[in-house]
Amino acid sequence: MRLLAEGLSARRGEDLIFNDISFALGAGEALVVTGPNGSGKSTLLRVLAGLLMAEKGRLKLENGPPEIRHPSELSHYLGHRNAMKRELTVAENLSFWKNFMGDSPGGSGRNLVEAVEAVGLRGIAHLPFGYLSAGQQRRMAMAKLIVAYRPIWILDEPTAALDAGADKLFAGLVNAHLDTGGIVIAATHQPLGLERARQLQMTGFVGIDGGLWHDA
Amino acid sequence: MIALFLRDLKLSIRAGGGAMIGVLFFMTVVAVIPFGVGPDLNLLARIGPAILWIGALLASLLGLDRLFQAEREDGSLDLMLMQETPLLVTVFVKCAAHWAATGLPLVIAAPLLGLFMNMDALAIGATMLTLLVGTPAITFIGAVGAAVAVSLPRGGLLVSILVLPLAIPVLIFGVSAVYAAIEDPAPFLPPLMILAAITLFFAVIGPVAAAAALRHASD
Repeated sequence: MRLLAEGLSARRGEDLIFNDISFALGAGEALVVTGPNGSGKSTLLRVLAGLLMAEKGRLKLENGPPEIRHPSELSHYLGHRNAMKRELTVAENLSFWKNFMGDSPGGSGRNLVEAVEAVGLRGIAHLPFGYLSAGQQRRMAMAKLIVAYRPIWILDEPTAALDAGADKLFAGLVNAHLDTGGIVIAATHQPLGLERARQLQMTGFVGIDGGLWHDA
Repeated sequence: MIALFLRDLKLSIRAGGGAMIGVLFFMTVVAVIPFGVGPDLNLLARIGPAILWIGALLASLLGLDRLFQAEREDGSLDLMLMQETPLLVTVFVKCAAHWAATGLPLVIAAPLLGLFMNMDALAIGATMLTLLVGTPAITFIGAVGAAVAVSLPRGGLLVSILVLPLAIPVLIFGVSAVYAAIEDPAPFLPPLMILAAITLFFAVIGPVAAAAALRHASD
């Protein structure tokens, strides 16, 4: 499977946030999007997740399952917000997303116990999500990535609010996902410790060169 | 989809959910009417069905603004928009869960409140039946309003204002069906059938419109 972006541009309101961004990611490849605040990292990820319309350009999937209309259907999106309900327990939240999302073709999600262990929080799945600390909530939001299988992970500042140990654990999760042929696109300020990661540096809109594109 | 239905039901029953608020509001509205109107039992019995319907209409508008706003605030809406499942199915299931949590309790509370209004058994039964048939329509219409106002910080009042004019036909046919049941010459079935038709109509149009509004509200 290959994810192709061709000449993507997006605007928010009147302003063009970025212009003509192209990349191709094959199975097992990661793209790390860096850049200062306001340079359009989140906007780019929301375009990739199908949550914002691209002004120009196309996003397509090569050799993907035929019934897929948009790559977003094969993607996990972990945004700034965790998409978990404070009133429900962690286990209820995770099992809801597991059932609701289902698995994309080509893989299967892990069960709740394994997922909670994978993020290092065994034994607190019975607590309401609202009782957890910010870091624990973020870790549980990551557990959501592995309870339902999606080949493409789109991660927006995944390690915000995490301690150093969790950073490492998260890098492990992402590397494991890449090893099984997944694709990861992450926007970040901190180094994620990913092997085989390419970099896309967003500079904010400067004339016609919206983004600089080079291999790390 | 069953998972979504059960989750929404759980959420509305847990602390902070809106399930009981609607019923309490309904009871408050209906309970103060006799104090305002005075102890004229015949008058109360005559206006009873209308008061119950107006109370139920306002009560079901109460929690509607949170239908999608809560999902948007914690990011769940983004994930729902991305799925392979058509968004309108998701919206439909959310509406069904919302009605089961807030509309159905109103129908169940109606007989008790009917006694407050000195209504007889036939009038209470007819009111319950029309509420059962008519309140889902209010939820489906309300979903459109809730979807349009999803990104507005204080959209609650706006949702009510948007939804109320569209809900007026539901009120008219609901109340007229009840009066048809208790006053002999008018036939009961035609207004009830029209009410059912309105509900079915909005069960189709509502989710489609709400899904379209949600797609365009995403930023």
